Amino acid sequence: MSSTPLSLKSSPASGGLARHWRWAALALLTAAACAAPFQLAPFRVFQLTMVLVYAMALLGLNLLVGHAGQISLGHGCFFALGSYAAAIMMDRWDVPYLLTLPAAMAVTFVLGFALGVPTLRLRGLYLALVTMTIAIFLVPLLKRFGSLTGGSMGLTLAHPEPPAWTGLARDQWLYLLALAIAAACGLVAWSLLRSRVGRALHALRDNESAAEVMGVRLARYKTLAFAWSAMFAGAAGAVNTWVIAFVSPDSFTVNLSIMLLAGIVVGGLGSTAGPLLGGAFVMFVPTFSQGLNEAAPNVVFGVLIIAVMYLAPTGLAGLAGRAGRFAAHIQRKK
Amino acid sequence: MAGFVQQVIEGLGTGAIYAGLALALVLIYRFTGIVNFAQGELAMFSTFIAWQFVHAGVPFWAALALTLAISFAGGMLIERVLIRPVEGAPELTLVIVTLGLFLLVNAAAGWIWSFLIKDFPSPFPGGALRAGGVALGYSTLGVLGVVAAVMGLLYLLFRYTRIGLAMRAVASNPESARLSGIGVSRMLALGWGLAALVGAVSGVLVAPVLFLEPNMMGGVLIYAFAAATLGGFDSPVGAVAGGLIVGVAETLAGAYVHAIGSDLKVGVPLAVIIIVLLFRPQGLFGHAAVERA
Repeated sequence: MSSTPLSLKSSPASGGLARHWRWAALALLTAAACAAPFQLAPFRVFQLTMVLVYAMALLGLNLLVGHAGQISLGHGCFFALGSYAAAIMMDRWDVPYLLTLPAAMAVTFVLGFALGVPTLRLRGLYLALVTMTIAIFLVPLLKRFGSLTGGSMGLTLAHPEPPAWTGLARDQWLYLLALAIAAACGLVAWSLLRSRVGRALHALRDNESAAEVMGVRLARYKTLAFAWSAMFAGAAGAVNTWVIAFVSPDSFTVNLSIMLLAGIVVGGLGSTAGPLLGGAFVMFVPTFSQGLNEAAPNVVFGVLIIAVMYLAPTGLAGLAGRAGRFAAHIQRKK
Repeated sequence: MAGFVQQVIEGLGTGAIYAGLALALVLIYRFTGIVNFAQGELAMFSTFIAWQFVHAGVPFWAALALTLAISFAGGMLIERVLIRPVEGAPELTLVIVTLGLFLLVNAAAGWIWSFLIKDFPSPFPGGALRAGGVALGYSTLGVLGVVAAVMGLLYLLFRYTRIGLAMRAVASNPESARLSGIGVSRMLALGWGLAALVGAVSGVLVAPVLFLEPNMMGGVLIYAFAAATLGGFDSPVGAVAGGLIVGVAETLAGAYVHAIGSDLKVGVPLAVIIIVLLFRPQGLFGHAAVERA
């Protein structure tokens, strides 16, 4: 692979003004995100919480696909493993729920690393094939080990309750928790990408041979990219378990993996805002189109993915960037 | 012993179905370098078209002929409309476009025909040939025969016709083919049409066994991937051989390895894909690609 459409050129207009606006937008978004649970109905708050959960998972997928250029159709697997790790700990061993987050992240990090090693020899299409097959294999595997996973019935858990001193309702507490964790994950990913690691990942995405010549250890960074991306998905899975308080194999079919990939593609591969936009897409497209027909969400997904590939390969985030640059252009002309 | 032979025969029967879909995958891969994740769904959609004809009272074989014609045209249309704009794009783009097609076709079939399962008539008579405690069902025999016939026809097409020669030229070197006056883009469209047609055959063969519903081909696709990987993604003969091997391996593993049983059988294609890719990435019959970095 010599070139990808994903190479992001920093926008020429990102001068003082644009940066200024970016910080203002970020502050506004943060304020809105913090105020949201106190203004909206509990059901809406739940939906926003799920957007954050998907955004966390997409953060990992973005790292792997968008930044490291490795195709994965099995990201739902790690989401499922994180969910199950948290659920099993809470259900079987009565672990306090907050502790299940680091544990789920550790488990998925290790498993992501383990999967990264055999996939070192695979590229492009073959990687997509293998990861997709693994995602399909996961469901019967979860059903088989019923004594641990609850089989096809899954595990039903008690909802975590907010501590009394906060005075918050359950949905508000879970939302704020998810917001904090998502923000922390976002910060980790952001600083990871701005470091030496990020540059190494971009180099191996854009040209493996050149990267190797420049001293990037391909094997190490590829497996680490898998491990990190799995870890973010694991964090998302654990929070998903707290919010839904139920896990079953049928919520983690290969469709979840495909939907996550669709989400990050539509949100914008390799962009900072992509995961959040993609999370909203994955959450709300089914909600809005379900009323039409039970098949409508996937029709919309399919059409949108293809349309985005043709019309806006950088996704919604890229579109927003383009609009911003256009506005700056108009302003300069005046 | 008779039980074992019986299992092998059953395996060959299912393997022939995987071989059909694998053949379709390989056809497209050879011409365009695309692994078409939507191949199974296109086959399922074709099968629904056939079902619609049969349901409307058209005799089976006439319905089949109509379906094959429609699938051929549909495959060419998809190449023209959806694939042409991203021709030569990076693999990630191609994978995503065919996945979009996968979701779209699957959901469209569910929208049109609902997700309820439907009976699909078997073109072959019931009953079986029996000898020494082993039964060879007419339907198994029929499936094997059809796949062999498709294979043979494709061989004749590629080996002895002008179009086949042009198509092979395009597959081996599109640039040179274009320079010698071959309409490359027409041949690519033809490749997609042929693949859709072969896929439709496999769909019609699989429908009486699995019952017709929009998610029918999801499982078959994985086996077809395994078959194509095992045989080599650029080898039609390999796809058929791979399909038969995977079918037999799956049936035997399900019957004799208790840890696998019938529920974890889908682990067999996964294992096949991973082992082949790790130890012989070009597959049994494929050609190793030499790449200049």
